[in-house]
Amino acid sequence: MLVGATNSSLAQEYREIIPPEDFARVPPDRLRQYLGLTRQQFEQMDEETLKDLMSLRIEAKAQMPDDPDAELNTTEWRYLLGPHQWTGYDRPAYIWQPVSQIHKYNLLPLFIGSLKTTFVALLFAVPLAIAAALYVSQLAHPRAREWLKPGIELLSGIPSVVLGFFALIVMASFFQALFGYPSRLNAFVAGLALGLAVIPVVFSIAEDALTSVPRSYTEAALALGSTRWQAAWQIVLPAALPGVFAATVLGFGRAIGETMIVLMASGNASIVSWNLFDSTRTLTATIAAELAETVVGGHHYRVLFLLGALLFAVTFVANLVGDLVIHRLKGRLEGRR
Amino acid sequence: MATFLILAILALILGNIFLQGGTGLSPRFIFGNADKDMFDVASAGVWPMVFGTAARVILMTLFVIPVGVTTAIYLTEYAPALSPFTRIIRGAVNNLAGVPSIVFGLFGLGFFISAVGGTLDVFLYPDSPKPVWGKAALIWASLTLAVMTLPVVIVATEESLRAIPLGLREASLALGATKLQTVLRVVLPQALPGILTGGILAVSRAAGEVAPILFTGAAYYMASLPQSLTDQFMDLAYHVFVLSTQSPDIEKTRPILYGTVVVLLLLTFALNLVAILIRARVRRNLRRLA
Amino acid sequence: MTAPLPSLRARVTPPDAVSPAPTHGHPPLIEVDRLSLYYGAARALHDISFAVPERLVTAFIGPSGCGKSTLLRCFNRMNDLIDNVRLEGTVRIGGEDIYARDIDVIELRKRVGMVFQRSNPFPKTIFDNIAYALRLQGLRRKSEIADIVEQSLHQAALWEEVKDRLHASALGLSGGQQQRLCIARAIAIKPDILLMDEPASALDPLATAKIEDLILDLKQQFTIVIVTHNMQQAARISDATAFFYLGELIEHDATSKIFTNPARKQTEDYVTGRFG
Repeated sequence: MLVGATNSSLAQEYREIIPPEDFARVPPDRLRQYLGLTRQQFEQMDEETLKDLMSLRIEAKAQMPDDPDAELNTTEWRYLLGPHQWTGYDRPAYIWQPVSQIHKYNLLPLFIGSLKTTFVALLFAVPLAIAAALYVSQLAHPRAREWLKPGIELLSGIPSVVLGFFALIVMASFFQALFGYPSRLNAFVAGLALGLAVIPVVFSIAEDALTSVPRSYTEAALALGSTRWQAAWQIVLPAALPGVFAATVLGFGRAIGETMIVLMASGNASIVSWNLFDSTRTLTATIAAELAETVVGGHHYRVLFLLGALLFAVTFVANLVGDLVIHRLKGRLEGRR
Repeated sequence: MATFLILAILALILGNIFLQGGTGLSPRFIFGNADKDMFDVASAGVWPMVFGTAARVILMTLFVIPVGVTTAIYLTEYAPALSPFTRIIRGAVNNLAGVPSIVFGLFGLGFFISAVGGTLDVFLYPDSPKPVWGKAALIWASLTLAVMTLPVVIVATEESLRAIPLGLREASLALGATKLQTVLRVVLPQALPGILTGGILAVSRAAGEVAPILFTGAAYYMASLPQSLTDQFMDLAYHVFVLSTQSPDIEKTRPILYGTVVVLLLLTFALNLVAILIRARVRRNLRRLA
Repeated sequence: MTAPLPSLRARVTPPDAVSPAPTHGHPPLIEVDRLSLYYGAARALHDISFAVPERLVTAFIGPSGCGKSTLLRCFNRMNDLIDNVRLEGTVRIGGEDIYARDIDVIELRKRVGMVFQRSNPFPKTIFDNIAYALRLQGLRRKSEIADIVEQSLHQAALWEEVKDRLHASALGLSGGQQQRLCIARAIAIKPDILLMDEPASALDPLATAKIEDLILDLKQQFTIVIVTHNMQQAARISDATAFFYLGELIEHDATSKIFTNPARKQTEDYVTGRFG
């Protein structure tokens, strides 16, 4: 267990009670452990202080929730991943509520949030970016290409916090007025803004792959009497398909790892819902929003680092797959002489 | 056509921002302080944020350029092209480029602040009740950004090193120069524009990043400019986030918000433009030689 | 094999300039009249006039950069793809000005096939490489497509070698096989004219010999124009030869005459190997 080893449940910490009157009867080492003090601290304290601490301990016990859930170690995998019937809920649920009295760390709402926004972003960005790449690399006049390409790449020069700002201030109100859904900030708006950040990534990789398709393929197709559009669509695009796929995978990696846009535009409610128009909370936004308020080394802190490690793993795999595919494609297209 | 749709969206965004933000720009806004009330439209300025952003990217450059350039030189000039070790380094560099920026933020917090800063405190200030190094600070934010932009510098430098014809190196070696002399006196001066591009691209990428500095140095509010490497700082990009999400009255503070965005965009675009121009020149030389 | 536009050919008038090349009674199919071509300000072809007879092999020879490939690419308007190209004069195929405003370039390229210097099969299967050309023609019936694919591969003398792996990638073929596949692909749509731009220059002698045999076979059905830098090849396979130098047509005559008794000094110097 990655997180749980350092974390015991609320209840275990407070199970035992030693009243201050028993001070003299308990061995000092036992008392020191009970109060959770270091040897040095313990030696510096006089009897009064220790007794005060012991009564504080009893007060804390009195305030402890008499909820059976307090007995649980909520950082075990089954609570991180599986549903659980928490006290007060009528059926098992996936809940991320790290600052409630019972810390609930179920990751599923966050996974769903990340997947939803990423899905919207890719759905919006990939077709646009690939169509643009096809046009710029195959059909556009070379002189037009000279300014179209940097024009689209300019999009990658916009800091993501600015895209987030734009989604929050302008797009959110505009789309709410247009579609009339209840939650102003949601996966849809965040996904669209995220798409704007993904477009330049997908575009430049796809454009690169399409350009590396030998000119002779196009010439052969044209000499057979196909139109430029047919040659681009039927010959060049299929030849560069692995590259287009890689562009999508790398775009996915970019989308799922993006923080500021989703933090600002998604609404950040950690609910389990596949509705694109519900407020939603992603892995990245959770880390960004909550880490500053956690106790360093505490369980919440550690669970957030676990999220970071998961994100790293996901983007690592995405990048690896993307790079491998591109490498192979280039080898195949250029190795043939 | 998709291309034009994308460009239209881009124009729409930039048009909206510059039209609304251009009016709020004034020397007072750019050079003014925010020490009274940073949400006050009449008096707030962004100078502390411009200063903080400048400080963190300049510091970052000091870290990332030496490391990035030496790595690139090692990879192109010294490393055996097909050895597993070289491939691992290359793979790591490639992968580093795709790591989400928030993960770098976590790394900065866990490694620089807790591990490095915490250790420094144990040895240098064992008696200090408050952490000196083991907390969010300008230096840790800069180091985190340096790690993040390392691949940008390495790739740009490698590209410009590879553009230098082999003949030039051979000519130098044939004159009896050592490999190191050749690299330092012949190869490196030729690669300078490429290194510069890499540096500028890194700076423009870093200037707009918020996620990596959220926990490693950016401050929501500070009454004075940072005085030392261990101080926190206010930041332009982070300020955009603060203004758009924490403002007491978003309609009223809209002019400062748009103004801040415009300053940030002008900064990053200007840097990008310079980088693109230098890069175009390098590529043209490359093509002429090939 | 449909007869190539008989009605148009009936209107053909004999070329009025330069060499009335030997046609063995074959009427001219391509007529070039005072053709000049510019890349920007630089003139690549100078005032060229001549005719290519039907169902013979015409070879273009000359040193590199003499404009022979450029001229070849004028016949199916592949030069359109290059920027800054400007053309003067006319090119007629079957009597029709192919640079006229109302000409459908796509249709033109279906009638004038081309084989490139470097073989360029698509990264598809052997079968699909040819089927692609047929589908462009609007063919949809599977059986019909399969028939023509087989027939074209037979014609290109490739059938025996690939019949068991029609659905393997074309990129797995040897260089010579790839080039013959490109020829099969070009003839599958039954063009009137087959343009070949140094089709064997990247191949070994054995593969070259196969391509040459194939060309001799194909001239029964197609009018072939071949660019080559290999004079023995021109001598072996062509009926007529045109010699170009620095963008000008120096001499155009029966191949036997060009190689044994050329009229111009430059031609003699070139074919005897004194320059080039």
